[in-house]
Amino acid sequence: MSQTITITINGQKITTHQGASVLEAAEENGINIPRLCYHPMLESTGACRLCVVEVEKARTLQPSCTTPVTEGMVVHTESPRVMDARKTVIDLLLANHPEDCLTCEKNGDCELQNYAYQYGIKHTSYKGERKDYPILDDNPFYQMDPEKCILCGRCVRMCDEVVNHHVWDYAHRGFVTKVTTAYDMPVEEGNCIFCGNCVQVCPTGALLPKYGMGKARSWEITKIRTVCPYCGVGCNIYLHVKNNEVIKVSGAEGGPNDTLLCVKGRFGFDFINHKDRLKTPLIKGEDGQFHTASWDEALDLVARRFAEIKEKHGPNAFGGLSSARCTNEENYLMQKLMRAVLGTNNVDHCARLCHASSVVGLNISLGSAAMTNSIADLVEADVIFIIGSNTTEAHPVIGMWVNRPLRKGARLIVADPRKTEFAERAHVYLQQLPGTDVALLNTMAHVIIKEGWYKKEFVEKRTEGFAELAKFLEPYTPEYAERVTGIAKDEIIEAARIYAEAKNATILYAMGITQHTTGVDNVQAIANLALLTGNIGREGTGVNPLRGQNNVQGSSDMCALPNLLPGYMPVTDPGMRGTFEKAWRVSLPAKPGLTVVEMIHAAEKGEIKAMYVVGENPMVSDPDIQHVEEGLKNLEFLVVQDIFLSETARLADVVLPAVSFAEKTGTFTNTERRIQLLRRAVEPIGQAKADWWIIQELARRMGYAMDYSSPEDIMTEIASLVPIYGGVTYERLGIQGLQWPIPDKTHPGTRILHRDRFTRGLGLLAKVPFKEPDEGPDEEFPLILTTGRILYHYHTGTMTRRSKGLHAIRPEGYMEIHPDTAGRYGVKDGQWVKVTSKRGQIRIKAQVTAKMHPRAVFIPFHFVEAAANMLTNPALDPQAKIPEYKVAAVRVEPEP
Amino acid sequence: MSGHDNTEAKSRGIEDILTGYQGRPGALIPVLQETQEVFGYLSRENMEKIAGALHIPFSKVYGVATFYAQFHLKPRGRNIIRVCLGTACHVRGGEKILDAVSKELNIKPGETTKDLQFTLERVACLGACGLAPTLMVNNETHGRMKPENVPALIQNYRGRDREETAVH
Repeated sequence: MSQTITITINGQKITTHQGASVLEAAEENGINIPRLCYHPMLESTGACRLCVVEVEKARTLQPSCTTPVTEGMVVHTESPRVMDARKTVIDLLLANHPEDCLTCEKNGDCELQNYAYQYGIKHTSYKGERKDYPILDDNPFYQMDPEKCILCGRCVRMCDEVVNHHVWDYAHRGFVTKVTTAYDMPVEEGNCIFCGNCVQVCPTGALLPKYGMGKARSWEITKIRTVCPYCGVGCNIYLHVKNNEVIKVSGAEGGPNDTLLCVKGRFGFDFINHKDRLKTPLIKGEDGQFHTASWDEALDLVARRFAEIKEKHGPNAFGGLSSARCTNEENYLMQKLMRAVLGTNNVDHCARLCHASSVVGLNISLGSAAMTNSIADLVEADVIFIIGSNTTEAHPVIGMWVNRPLRKGARLIVADPRKTEFAERAHVYLQQLPGTDVALLNTMAHVIIKEGWYKKEFVEKRTEGFAELAKFLEPYTPEYAERVTGIAKDEIIEAARIYAEAKNATILYAMGITQHTTGVDNVQAIANLALLTGNIGREGTGVNPLRGQNNVQGSSDMCALPNLLPGYMPVTDPGMRGTFEKAWRVSLPAKPGLTVVEMIHAAEKGEIKAMYVVGENPMVSDPDIQHVEEGLKNLEFLVVQDIFLSETARLADVVLPAVSFAEKTGTFTNTERRIQLLRRAVEPIGQAKADWWIIQELARRMGYAMDYSSPEDIMTEIASLVPIYGGVTYERLGIQGLQWPIPDKTHPGTRILHRDRFTRGLGLLAKVPFKEPDEGPDEEFPLILTTGRILYHYHTGTMTRRSKGLHAIRPEGYMEIHPDTAGRYGVKDGQWVKVTSKRGQIRIKAQVTAKMHPRAVFIPFHFVEAAANMLTNPALDPQAKIPEYKVAAVRVEPEP
Repeated sequence: MSGHDNTEAKSRGIEDILTGYQGRPGALIPVLQETQEVFGYLSRENMEKIAGALHIPFSKVYGVATFYAQFHLKPRGRNIIRVCLGTACHVRGGEKILDAVSKELNIKPGETTKDLQFTLERVACLGACGLAPTLMVNNETHGRMKPENVPALIQNYRGRDREETAVH
């Protein structure tokens, strides 16, 4: 425990903790001290001298940001001497600062301008020289004007300490010092990932986002706090709105991101007002063309056709795809529509394609299907084990948080077939052959048991199955693993030792683990490691699946899933079903329905006649696209609800225009189980409507009374039926949200699961044997294809590829291939190649990189014109029914 | 690559220099100094290698290299001419000496001749005020300079090397 210290500031006695700076102590007590270089997230340098204060008995004025408090210190923050010094600082800064405040983009929001106003510096009293530097304008996202730079260094430190990219530094000396890249090279060459966190902390107009330039003065803008529409981190953002247009996004304080954002969240919002947005319902005519229709026409048609098909073919002729991009309320209504109105459990969504393995595996091993810990407690970890997660690209802000423990000296283990950014920095990097994770993880467990590195007391008190597991793992020797995974056995032993010996070790994993026919096995093998070493139930530990989409945790919780009712209640359990039957006043189907891939197969076979697809794009996202297309074309009736005319929507009979995240209210649940409020910032585009409204209208037209007046109304019903959401009200969610389980209205939410007992009682040490992937390489298809995301795009690209900047920076897909492999097949960097699997062929440019495993190639799945999913294998994990996106056998041939 | 013909430079590559320093904290400045000693200046290519080997961001290496006056990012001449413009030399016509050298070599202060024979620099004081106006070529001081003597002086150094007249 840190000691408390008492000091006096401006005559006021203040108690604070040892190690606090005078500035922090003042701020904690509502005494504001001006600052330009200080930022609470960054190390203090005391460079700008604006925060000076008078400390009694000290000879000179002290910079309050770097002066630690000492017992009995007497401080004056606004004495005449201090005020004089501050005026001089501002005066000097203005001496060579452009005086174009009238037209400066930052006018009204500039910290230097505000201090000049506050301290009454109308004009500088010096005739200073001006710096004569050109504006650095080499990228689509932001610009840098060195003339407006006051050299505070916030951007330099943000990029170094938090983002760990160190694009910026000071160059030259004295008056001509400037913040720049090496040799003023373009920032992307200098390692920039365009997260724009430097732009956010810049106190002046030196670093500015380009999109909103010239569009609004700061006082014309309304800022609305909401949640980012991209990945599962669930960053809190402000939408800056003028005249119903979002012109800028900034990171909001608090929440999972505490102002940090990535390039998509900060700069990828121009899809909202894109000209391609669907503005009216569309009905496909006899001519095969879409014709605009009124809402009444479209909804009546859908309701009538649904009723006819139900009448003729029964309820199981329907399949519904809900969306992890829609709110909890909308997912809840969607599954309710499918179950209570259409009468089928054939409802699923894209969680099936990303973390179905986690839902199943963690439920069996631990009893709760979610990240056990919180993003914020990562900082407590002294070992971080990342497996199958390219964190800095797929969950960039979590990647930034991982830098914190690493800077404090935590050790990093990374297992990935691709040498990711974290792999480059890892203390131990394990480059396993795709699809051999169980062999690797089982062997780590084998070593931990054999060497006696497991936590005996924890294993005895809190787990079951240890003796059986120990026996089962006997054959999983390091020699065995070396043979199967291709990783040197000593590396595996070293990784096991580092993980087991940590005080607090955390595991982060993502789709590299789940998207396999052995996805559930992979997840359970991970859970075994945490259970054996007691690395669970405390800060800085845990088993942490990083969820893919902004609301994939929530859509899973709402159980837009074929076998579970909201709150993970099995549909086969008559008691559970009874609860919902009573609440919904209907009888519910007891037989589990079909999953995403199974629905497509059933459509192909003619068993499913009609599908209702909300906010999903299986024509790009699902494996083996040719079969998806055949399945969807074989339907009698397809309804697609989306914000754009996606590849899937083109095949529809009726297209219903939905609103984007910026136009609606509701809740998203992020990867750390945090339920967060989404707040409407702009009016709907055209006649587009919120998904919940559309679903409700359909239900009504089919004769089922849904009568919600707002998403909040729907949440009241959810809270009454889903115990882990029991304590949720919009009022309680407030700014920070609440982490489930929240059993009642007074419960503060749960930061860490399984603290004293596992949700299932004891943690289950599961015996999972290693199995080969469904499809191995052979002579005809000698390489392994693995797929994934890249930083600049998101899923099927419907949003990001319509964002000018993101599109400009990564306009096309590519295939990563190792130099040795490329040499063997005669492939050169940048050359077009044909990639062929048993299921299809695409044309794509090769990117030769030593980051790739020599026996595998990687293709991002965002690009429809070079769609990785033309090639992927639809083979499923037997329990989770997740397809094996991460292993398919392919052949690569250079084009002449 | 190098501005001056140092046999050591040919036998010792940047990799050799780096071997001794990898994993040692605080190595950047000594490495930059040694590199400059061997190659005569700090090339972009060498600084990129230094950044990679020491795990220091390139922008930081560049920042340090541009901060210290001792580091040169462009090739330097075999002979360094420093013309003094301190108070005494200024009063006694140092500016005219600088102009004469500049004209003779056809370069501005801070620049190097195309044939890499000479680099011209202006300095604030050489500490030889009694001899004003003065200049130094490599480590030899020349006092009571007159503009008309400049061509002959320069001619005298042509083809020579700063190592011959002692270093730096």
